[in-house]
Amino acid sequence: MAIYLDHAATTPLHTDVLDAMLPYLREHHGNPSSIHASGRRARQGVDEAREQIAALIGAKPREIVFTSGGTEANNLAVKGIAWAGSARGRQIVTSAVEHKGVLNACSILERRGFQVTYLPVDRYGRVDPAGVEAAITPHTALVTVMAANNEVGTLQPVAEIGAVCRAARVPFHTDAIQNASFVSPNVDAWQTTAMSLCAHKAYGPKGVGALYVRHGAPMVPQQQGGSQERQRRAGTEDVAGIVGFGAAMRRLYADDGRRATENERQASLRDRLIAGATSLPDIELTGHPTERLPNSASFVLDGVTGGDLVAALDLEGVEASTGSACTTGSAEPSHVLLAMGTAAERARGSLRLTVGEGTSVTDVDRALDVLEACVTRLRATAPQPVPA
Amino acid sequence: MSGGVDSSVAAALLAREATTTGEEVIGVWMRTHGDLPEGYEQSRSCCSPDAADDARRVAQIIGVPFFVLNVEREFGTRVIDAFVDAYLDGATPNPCQACNQYIKFDELLRRGLAAYGADAVATGHYARLEHRDGRWRLLRAADADKDQTYFLWVLDQEQLARTRFPLGDLTKPEVRAIAADFMLPTAQKPESQEICFVPLGDYRALLEERRGYAGEPGPIVDAEGTELGTHTGYAHYTVGQRHGLGVALGEAVYVREVQPRTNTVVVGRRHEVAQRSFAVDGGRFTGGGAPGERFTASVRIRHRAPDVACEVTMIGRDRFVVETAEPVWAPAPGQGAVLYDAEECIGGGRIARPA
Repeated sequence: MAIYLDHAATTPLHTDVLDAMLPYLREHHGNPSSIHASGRRARQGVDEAREQIAALIGAKPREIVFTSGGTEANNLAVKGIAWAGSARGRQIVTSAVEHKGVLNACSILERRGFQVTYLPVDRYGRVDPAGVEAAITPHTALVTVMAANNEVGTLQPVAEIGAVCRAARVPFHTDAIQNASFVSPNVDAWQTTAMSLCAHKAYGPKGVGALYVRHGAPMVPQQQGGSQERQRRAGTEDVAGIVGFGAAMRRLYADDGRRATENERQASLRDRLIAGATSLPDIELTGHPTERLPNSASFVLDGVTGGDLVAALDLEGVEASTGSACTTGSAEPSHVLLAMGTAAERARGSLRLTVGEGTSVTDVDRALDVLEACVTRLRATAPQPVPA
Repeated sequence: MSGGVDSSVAAALLAREATTTGEEVIGVWMRTHGDLPEGYEQSRSCCSPDAADDARRVAQIIGVPFFVLNVEREFGTRVIDAFVDAYLDGATPNPCQACNQYIKFDELLRRGLAAYGADAVATGHYARLEHRDGRWRLLRAADADKDQTYFLWVLDQEQLARTRFPLGDLTKPEVRAIAADFMLPTAQKPESQEICFVPLGDYRALLEERRGYAGEPGPIVDAEGTELGTHTGYAHYTVGQRHGLGVALGEAVYVREVQPRTNTVVVGRRHEVAQRSFAVDGGRFTGGGAPGERFTASVRIRHRAPDVACEVTMIGRDRFVVETAEPVWAPAPGQGAVLYDAEECIGGGRIARPA
C-alpha cells in the first residue's frame, strides 16, 4: 500500500461522506428543480448542504453558489465580479502566486481590456497588505488574493487584506480552497465579498465546489441557462456531490476540539517531514517556516529534477508532487517559486509532501527513508550539463 | 513510448514477458519540446500531446506505470539546435540519430536508471542485439525493409548492454497483428515520417526562429562556376536535392555542394553528384575501436539506401575515408555513413564536407 503524501492535490473520500451521498445516487434521483416529490427530496439535500456550508463560514445560505469545483468558483468570482464592476473601472489587483484558476481568468480579462496588477510576494510567498492598499485605484473592480498557497502552503494575511479592501470599498475575493479543511474561513472576520471553496480537498467528492458571494454584491453570471443557484450558475445541480460537500464540511467542523487536535497532529507530522528532509544535504524548505498550512511541507532540492524525483518516489511506494500539476511533463518552473525569488534552475527541483488524516508517524519516517535513498540515487547520476 | 505502434508493441511484449520473468516494465513518454503552434497537432508527429495520450492509454491497457520524462532542454540543444546548425553549416542534419545518441540512449538511459531504478532501456526500434565472443553486437533487423540500425550506429558497448529491442525479429505486419491482439489503440496508427519538431516539414521557419537566419539570395552555379540561377539562401538547400532549384539544363539537376561562406549552391547532373570516395568525421565503433587501420566493410549513406561494398582507411582515431566499389548517390555532409560487416552494424560517422 502506497504512502499517500499528496493531500494538497486531493484527499480520499471519507466513508461517512460516501454514506451521506449514496442515497442521492441510488434512490433520490430527482431533479431539484422539479415540482414533484422526487424533485423535492433532491432539493432538500441541496438546501441542507447549502445551510451546512453557509453556517460554517458565517454566511447566509442564499450567499452560497454551488459550482463544479474550485476552478469554476474562481472563474465565476474573478470574471463575474470584474465585469459587474467594470463600469467603475477595469483594474484588477491580484498576486503573482495565485492558483492558475485565478491567474488565467485574469489574463483572459487582460485581453478584454482589463488592467491587472500582479502584486509581488516576499521570499516566503507572502503578499504585503500595504502593497494591496497601494495598488488599489479608483478604477479597481476587484482584489483577489488566495488564503493559502497550494504549492508552498504559505498563509496570506487575508484579514488584513480584507480590511484594506473594505476601507477602500473594493470587492475582495479569496481562494480558500486549500485551507478549508483546517480552519473554517469566516467571511466576516476576513471581510470577503466572495470566497471559493471545494469539496475534494476536504475529504469530499471531486467535481463540486462553491462560491460564497456576499448578499447584494454584483456579479455577472458566466454560464447561461436555467434559473438554478438564484440565476448565478445555470445547470442542474450535482445533487450527490453537493450533499457530499455538505457532509464533508460538517464532519470536519462538527467538533472544534477534535479539529484542533487533528490540526496539531498533522502539523507535527509536517514538522517531522521538514526536519527530516532538511537534514539531507542541499534541500531547503520553501514557503513560510511557521505561517503555513498544517499539512504542507515543500522543498527545493539541488541537482534533482522534481518530476524525476516524484517518479522515483512513486516506484518506491511514496506518492508526492512537484507542487504544481505537471502531468504533461512541462518543464516550466513553478510561477510561485519564481515569484518568491527562487532561481529558475533551482525551482525545477521542487517537491511537495502533504499529509492528511490517514497519515501516521510510521508513514512519515518511511517516506523520509525513501526520500533519502531516491535523492542519493538521482544525484549520483545527475545529468551532465549540456554544453552550450 | 512515442505513442506509435512500434513502441506500443515493444512495451506490450515486455510487459507480457515480465509476468513470467518477474521483471518490471515502466512506460516513459519523453516530452521533447513545448506545445507546438496550433494546427500542428493534426499532423502525424510522434511527440504531440495526442501521442502522449496514446502512449498513456497503451500503458494502462498493458498494465504498466507510465511517466512523462521532460527532456526539452537537452532535446532543444542536442537535436533541434544541432539540426539548425547543420543547415547553417551547409550540411544535412540527422536528427533521429542525434536523438538516439543524446536523448534515448543517453538522457533517457541515464535518468531512467536513476529515477526509475531501471536496468535497461527498451525501444521500438527495428534492430537486433546479440552477445557473442565477449561483446554486444548490433545486428540488422529481421525485417530488412524496416531495419533502423542506420540510426543506431552511435551506441557503444555500455549502451548496448543496457538496451533491448523487442521488435528485432518481427516484421511490421507482425507488429501490427500483435498490437491488434493486445487491442492497443495504436494498432492502426499510420507511420510517422516527418521530423517531430518541424511543423509541416517547413524547416526554414525554424532556421529563422532559432538562429535568425532568413536567407539571403545567392548564386546557383555549376562545377565550372557558371551562374545558372539564384537561390533563396544556401541553408535552404541540401546535397542531392532536385526540386525548387528553378534551373533548366535540359536534364535533371541536383545540388552537388552547399557553400556557406560564399552563399553559393553548386549543382550538377545526375552522374556528377555520385561519388566513389568521401571522408567521414566523428567516427564511432560499436565494439569500441576500429577493426583495423584499413579494412573492408559495406557502407550505407542514407536510411533504406542499399549498402555498398567499400574499403575504409582510418586517418585518425575517429576519422576515416571510405572508398566504395561503385559510385554512391550524393553523399551529403552531415548524414551518417554507417558501416556493416555482413549483418552486423559495426559503427559509422558523419560524412564530412569536401575539403
